[in-house]
Amino acid sequence: MIAIIDYGMGNLHSVSKAVERLGRDMVVTSDPEAILAADGAILPGVGAFGDAMANLRGTGLADVVQAYAASGKPLLGICLGMQLLFTEGEEHGVHRGLDLLPGRVVRFQGDYKVPHMGWNELTFKQTSPLLEGVDPGHVYFVHSYHALPEQSSDLLAVADYHQPVTAIVGRGNLFGMQFHPEKSGDLGMALLRNFTDLTGAKRK
Amino acid sequence: MLAKRIIPCLDVKDGRVVKGVNFVNLRDAGDPVELAAIYDREGADELVFLDISASVEGRATMVDVVRRTAGEITIPFTVGGGISAVEDMKRLLRAGADKIGINTAAIRNPDLITDGSRTFGTQCIVVAIDAKYNAEWGEWEVFTHGGRNATGIRAIEWAREAERRGAGELLLTSMDADGTKDGFDIKLTSAVSGSVGIPVIASGGAGNAGHFADVFAEGLADAALAASIFHYKEVSVQEVKTALHGKGVNVR
Repeated sequence: MIAIIDYGMGNLHSVSKAVERLGRDMVVTSDPEAILAADGAILPGVGAFGDAMANLRGTGLADVVQAYAASGKPLLGICLGMQLLFTEGEEHGVHRGLDLLPGRVVRFQGDYKVPHMGWNELTFKQTSPLLEGVDPGHVYFVHSYHALPEQSSDLLAVADYHQPVTAIVGRGNLFGMQFHPEKSGDLGMALLRNFTDLTGAKRK
Repeated sequence: MLAKRIIPCLDVKDGRVVKGVNFVNLRDAGDPVELAAIYDREGADELVFLDISASVEGRATMVDVVRRTAGEITIPFTVGGGISAVEDMKRLLRAGADKIGINTAAIRNPDLITDGSRTFGTQCIVVAIDAKYNAEWGEWEVFTHGGRNATGIRAIEWAREAERRGAGELLLTSMDADGTKDGFDIKLTSAVSGSVGIPVIASGGAGNAGHFADVFAEGLADAALAASIFHYKEVSVQEVKTALHGKGVNVR
């Protein structure tokens, strides 16, 4: 079973449909017991960093996600969900994140269009079970803030948007994707399939 | 590098695609979900559904179309047409739409842009602008109600205000070019795109693959939208992309 964590931020429908299409048992839930019992968990999210952390704390789910990460079972943050894995975010003031990966989330600054919106090409930085058998290509990004991991060993893939942009992060059982794999065609589905394979979640 | 996006647009009325569609092997040429899946397979980068239903029932049907589409396709899609309240946006986003397009309602009530982007994030709010050249002004004027009503508002000014209020993207239709198949309106597109810091989707006038290359190179567009040339199979999304690739434009 894969738990898609519902903490009141954004569109869970597309993510859940994508996992369903991969043939895995899936539940969209805010129930701590259901999350902690799952073989794998996905933290999605669209919206602002501060609001998201307030929701996670208010519902007690911040502790649940941290406990889940410590359990060693695979956890995937998507888009804002990836950013929340870091130490802090600077969206409308500085907010403490889940602090599972050292690093900060900052706004794009420069003479170019923000949000970084559209299809951009991945460059893989290291090997990972998440990238196994996958060829880099275009995936769909929509974001105005980007993550700066402190440790280069956590950076699995980047995209080029006036600077290297953190696209995929990973450390042990923790993974994050800044783009939307559920909206990224075949390549996105291949990456999600690798994640669901890692969870060992039962096939339907 | 960020790729230029090609976006087919489907007009939907009461849950059915209107305007001709020339695809073979369709079980049902009027089903928006089936067509969306075909465009996804052909390499479309995004889709736009324009709901032209006039009735409450028709609009309710759109929510179901959105829900079914979200389960079928693996690319983002925008829904526009007749959306005039944050509640409408919420219903469609919850059903699985990625972005909401607003046009006439945003002119009538610009706070809708502000409220929508504050509630759902700027990336969800696409402000659609229908513009026509006004010779007296020497620049473009915004029209509403599907191009029927002049507003007296300058398109470039409105584009800037939409951005200030939190629009994540602009869908810019040239009423002068629309339907001509003579190419996108390069002057309008470059004037607006050069005036804002958010992506601009050019719309209106696409007649062949070369027109897309022009609007990206000279029009400074970030994406280009077309309806009839794709529906009538005059050119496929894949052919447009191959042509763009050949001209050195970065596409997926």
